[in-house]
Amino acid sequence: MLRLARKRWRIRAFRKRRELRGIVDRTNLIAPDHILLFSTLRNERIRLPYFLRYYRNLGVNHFVIVDNDSDDGSREYLQAQPDVSLWTTKHSYKRARFGVDWLNYLQNKYAHGHWALIVDPDEFFVYPFCDTRPLRALTDWLDASSIKSFSAMLLDMYPKGPFDAAPYAEDQDPFEVASYFDSGNYIIHRNKKFGNLWIQGGPRLRMFFQDLPERAPALNKIPLVKWDRDYAYVSSTHMLLPRGLNQVYDEWGGEKASGCLLHAKFLDTFAHKAEEEMERRQHYANSHEYRAYRAGISTQPDLWCKWSEKYINWRQLEILGLMSKGNWA
Amino acid sequence: MSVGIVMLCHTAFDRAAQVARHWAVRGCPVVIHVDRRVKRKAYDGLVKALNDLDNIRFSGRHACEWGTWGIVAATQEASTIMLRDFPQVRHVYLASGSCLPLRPVEEMVAYLTDRPRTDFIESVTTEDVGWTIGGLDVERFTLRFPFSWRKKRRLFDGYVRLQRRLGFRRRIPAGIVPHLGSQWWCLTRQTLSAILENPERDEIDRYFRRVWIPDESYFQTLVRQVSANVESRSLTLSKFDFQGKPHIFYDDHLQLLRRSDCFVARKIWPHAGRLYKTFLSGDPGGQAAAEPNPGKIDRLFAKAVERRTKGRPGLYMQSRHPNENWENGRTAAPYSVFEGFADLFDNFEIWLGKATGTRVHGHLFAADRIEFAGGEKIYNGAVCDSAAIRDYNPTSFLTNLIWNTRGERQCFQFGPDDSQVLTNFIAGDPNAQISVISGAWAIPLFHSNSNFGEIRKEAARLQKIEAEYLNELRKPWVKARVRTWTLAEFVENPMEPLQTIVDEISPRAMRRLTEAPRLADLTGFGQFLQNLRNQGMQPVLMGDFPTGDDPRPSTSRRGRPYLVK
Repeated sequence: MLRLARKRWRIRAFRKRRELRGIVDRTNLIAPDHILLFSTLRNERIRLPYFLRYYRNLGVNHFVIVDNDSDDGSREYLQAQPDVSLWTTKHSYKRARFGVDWLNYLQNKYAHGHWALIVDPDEFFVYPFCDTRPLRALTDWLDASSIKSFSAMLLDMYPKGPFDAAPYAEDQDPFEVASYFDSGNYIIHRNKKFGNLWIQGGPRLRMFFQDLPERAPALNKIPLVKWDRDYAYVSSTHMLLPRGLNQVYDEWGGEKASGCLLHAKFLDTFAHKAEEEMERRQHYANSHEYRAYRAGISTQPDLWCKWSEKYINWRQLEILGLMSKGNWA
Repeated sequence: MSVGIVMLCHTAFDRAAQVARHWAVRGCPVVIHVDRRVKRKAYDGLVKALNDLDNIRFSGRHACEWGTWGIVAATQEASTIMLRDFPQVRHVYLASGSCLPLRPVEEMVAYLTDRPRTDFIESVTTEDVGWTIGGLDVERFTLRFPFSWRKKRRLFDGYVRLQRRLGFRRRIPAGIVPHLGSQWWCLTRQTLSAILENPERDEIDRYFRRVWIPDESYFQTLVRQVSANVESRSLTLSKFDFQGKPHIFYDDHLQLLRRSDCFVARKIWPHAGRLYKTFLSGDPGGQAAAEPNPGKIDRLFAKAVERRTKGRPGLYMQSRHPNENWENGRTAAPYSVFEGFADLFDNFEIWLGKATGTRVHGHLFAADRIEFAGGEKIYNGAVCDSAAIRDYNPTSFLTNLIWNTRGERQCFQFGPDDSQVLTNFIAGDPNAQISVISGAWAIPLFHSNSNFGEIRKEAARLQKIEAEYLNELRKPWVKARVRTWTLAEFVENPMEPLQTIVDEISPRAMRRLTEAPRLADLTGFGQFLQNLRNQGMQPVLMGDFPTGDDPRPSTSRRGRPYLVK
């Protein structure tokens, strides 16, 4: 059954390729051992310089990006970058299953046999020893351990005070502004069908979904995969097929290695974004999430509480139990 | 006298070349073996990079698939060349292309010169090793392994099972006592040549060809026949994780490696530029006579393996989600659950907090909201007091609370009016200390101002729930520390059970309780119970309260602190 589902997603992705228009194709620069980053975005111009810098520093070799009809100069900026291959589309983000179809197609075409990191422009990958070891150290270790997928839970970061109190400047580290997170407020269910964990929680759960926790957004993500053209993401980067790739957690008491995706969503840019997304109605579950935010934001926009933890580094996240070194030492 | 290095390489040739050059220019001849499966171009590159050095040789190439004979064949051939071409060599050191010398070469040479007849090779009998992977130890020597472990795992495992079932055994040749040990050794010329020039070598080789992972047993076994002075340890610092693959060293291990005083470490990540730069720079070392001391590194890696196999008890997260009964601790720390105490005593929570120095919550599982200590809306870890979120996944709620408050014991009130879904989980948790005064829920009813018909109905409902709860606590699988009293028993003598509970919560304090919590007013309670009976409801859980005769403590002790000597 799941095999058929996987085929269907792949065929769907293949058909969705027609919606993509190439802007600049530098994929000939991709060497066999390169680490690739895939992303889809819309109007994220102000975030792009730091985003690219962050991942270049980690050791990403090439960026493959789908621009969903930006009109703020994102496309032009990306086009000029020497390590970016860029596609654009005016088609519906929602009907491409929130961009998954587009990226599945490009991953199947370019990422086969590569380590691929699939992140949004507001997600920043943190993994054990990321301050001393480049991304390649991690992927080499994963290769040596015969591990094909790596989990990194989404960690919502937020500022102290209203979102617009400290504006975000271009090329700034967003976590200088949004430096707080919830340390122990995460709920885990197991998804029997796909074998993945379903994690909800953080400030979004406690602020916007107090009465409807089952509608709170999923935080489990598997963004780093040794890609094979037989693979497909099912919903965002929350789960994959074949389902063995979702087995990023140990069931017998041990801890597998894992990281976090620091989520720089709650900056001063957020209110504007929520407004825009509500009009476009292009987000998950009829934009229920954005509707809840908008309702929340108009009354009390402060996610901070006295138990909020200020971000220091990956070791802190490890000690708090949000991520794990596993047996990597 | 000098030390010769036999180097087995299959990848990262620029690093291998760098290390080989380091040895060679410091007077240690090097014989390099390159895996036959490596492409011609890469091999030629390595040869070219080292062709200016006259004390480097390349040996004939064998395919070195892990676990097979090829690695031993390669070692034999390269060692033979070493002994033949470099007569001044006294010790031969077997290293890999990803090994890195940590101490100046002169120190190692001096160390070995001081021990001219010692063979450094880990060599342990099969009965004594605890580290073999997959349960194969002595069977490595007695079964056949025609299928590749890497590529045809299922056939490999299936064939092993079949042989076990059929009772198949290979005969171990006479005179061979199987020993196992690290692949990386350092042998004297005498010992090594005795092994290589053994007149029965053909026969021995034929046997070992079919032994599983012979590189960990060939020399380790034969050395026992020929050497009088085996020091059973490897000079190479090499640690294996729980899957049997070597741990890798990175730049951030620099200080650890430096302080280990080991001569050679493996394996080094090829891109660990700082390690290569530091250790190959040839600056003078520390104490020339220091013995290798890898203790710190051992601990680091042992911890990593434990993290991977056992994990942190009570932690549930993205990469640790144990199946039931595999949690290695359902929760992170001990906690206490009190049922009925807050009904029987006024301000019990405040009293308990003072007496034990712990965090005392109200009813965490109350139907409408979570009653965190001090009426907090948001608690440790940013958990909010929404009952809907708690009921969405009660297990997550409790395990999160206990994890988030590690280091501070949590106590909370519980009762038949609370959500009961977690009863099984808590009862099966060795960290839980459950104390129940059964029937105490009747006290608030007794004090309430409701119509008696409603009270009767409510009493029946609460009694039913508590009876079920008590029933669960008596199940054989219960692991929690459970204590139950009926209300009548408890009121008779409240201090002793309280003292027991408090001692268990803070055993080191060993304080005598000086101040008792204040009992609720029970005047007329017996009559109240009788009224329930008269209305057709049978209150049983509170024990035997005589009608009309009010319990002594409630009258005699009310209003003043109770002192126990």
